[in-house]
Amino acid sequence: MKAEIDWAALAVFVLLLGLVTAIGFGAARWRRIKTLSPLEEWGLGGRQFGTWITWFLIGGDIYTAYTMIAVPALVYATGAFGFFALPYTILVYPFVFAVMPIFWKVAKKNNYMTAADVVYGRYGYRPLELAVALTGVIATMPYIALQLIGIETVFHTLGITGKLPLIAAFLILALNTYSSGLRAPALIAVVKDTMIYIVVIAAILLIPFKLGGYSAVFETADAAFLAKGSGGILLTPAQFAPYVSLALGSALALFMYPHALTGILASASANTIRKNAILLPAYSTVLALLALMGLMGHAAGLKLTNNNDVVPLLFKTLFSGWFAGFAFAAIAIGAMVPAAIMSIGAANLFTRNFWKAYINPNVTSAGEAKVAKMTSLALVAGALLFILFLPTQFALDLQLLGGLWILQTLPAVIFGLFTGWFRALGLLLGWAAGFLGGSWLAWLNDFKPLHTLHFSSASITLYSGLLALAVNIAVAILVSVVLHWTARGDRDLAGVN
Amino acid sequence: MRLVWLILLIPFAAVAWVPFYNHTTPALFGFPFFYWYQLLWVPLTSLLTYLVYRTLARDSRDEG
Repeated sequence: MKAEIDWAALAVFVLLLGLVTAIGFGAARWRRIKTLSPLEEWGLGGRQFGTWITWFLIGGDIYTAYTMIAVPALVYATGAFGFFALPYTILVYPFVFAVMPIFWKVAKKNNYMTAADVVYGRYGYRPLELAVALTGVIATMPYIALQLIGIETVFHTLGITGKLPLIAAFLILALNTYSSGLRAPALIAVVKDTMIYIVVIAAILLIPFKLGGYSAVFETADAAFLAKGSGGILLTPAQFAPYVSLALGSALALFMYPHALTGILASASANTIRKNAILLPAYSTVLALLALMGLMGHAAGLKLTNNNDVVPLLFKTLFSGWFAGFAFAAIAIGAMVPAAIMSIGAANLFTRNFWKAYINPNVTSAGEAKVAKMTSLALVAGALLFILFLPTQFALDLQLLGGLWILQTLPAVIFGLFTGWFRALGLLLGWAAGFLGGSWLAWLNDFKPLHTLHFSSASITLYSGLLALAVNIAVAILVSVVLHWTARGDRDLAGVN
Repeated sequence: MRLVWLILLIPFAAVAWVPFYNHTTPALFGFPFFYWYQLLWVPLTSLLTYLVYRTLARDSRDEG
């Protein structure tokens, strides 16, 4: 698809992107407080964000541009099945409410800045810390790359071609992040999320008018799926288990990602997190409404060469130039906020759990901040090279694997907050079993996230990440039981002597 | 461990059993049941979480 340049759309787009760039650089001076730790300043914004900033920050962080592009694209392709994103975001917040305030308290009390810090503090076992940090960084890299794909899609619809605009956008992002740290995405998220809410509310009110109402949208979509011979506006019985297991597995994985945890750690208090678990579902409503745009794509009779174009093309077809430009800017900024937080989260991991642990244990806090800033630059550059030189499908496959991998850090990160029973070696072997076993399952299934288990007469298809997590936990329990036994044996022997 | 925490499992029970909501009827504002039922659980989950929050906050005040 070769698009004509719409100058009104392009003007609004460029203006808004310029505005947030200025905000990003200005953010360096926003609410700066004197702390003893420059890394805490840069990497966690001084650990002082209250309920509303945290709401914008986490909302802007986990509902990425890729979500806004890919979820509707999946709904366009499969119908009801793509809607698993909704139960996913329903299930995630009760989990956040129950677990994350405790995680925050442990981190605050000991000045921890990453999940791997918490793990090392709990078990004092470097290999487990390294496993968690490494998984965090490699799961985040393809995720940053996907944000670039989101921006590329928008550029494409705007009629901008070539790689230069993409390089420019990410140069801005990298420098912004370098100079302002977490404050930049936190401030920009306020602008971006407000724009997203405006866009989605307008779309949800106006698009059905143009397409003849919601019942017409569902009917034409249903007819389109029937004609195509796959997908539908309801699930088939074979999709029930995949639907629920993908929702549950994704919900458990989301807040293991460094960018999501960075939002949690940057909160001012445990109560800030509890309130956000109650308020963040507002974004789930937006996500569901965006997902419906996949069905609207059928109702509007769009002809797509790439499913990812469904949301941008819908705006371009149904709205006037300036509003389409506004919507595109919202999506593009929606890529830059999470990409910035991802690079910061991964940079914190590298600095705290690799640089400080292995390269320079005596690094000062100012030195830590310097290393983290350089690392964030390298991460964004790496993601850019990834997109420029490797096939897009590779980034998509890796992103799916990333979700599976990051889920395997859950036992190590979370279990220790509630119980001291698990042994570090058990958690490490469990992580290895889940990581390798899950990757193997993904490879068996051609990088699709589902795996079918066959029993004598029945079979069930589930999210591979969840299967890997089950193996992971089983190994962790088994090894811990054995270690407890041998330890008791040793104690008995010591008693005899 | 307070029993009130169990309230947080209700949203999971609500979406876990797909055959219960995998229908087009009853429709609401043109939305098939499958869609509005799950959408409804977004605010309901918020509300349930708020109930747990309020109960726990009151408890900690009583203790303090």
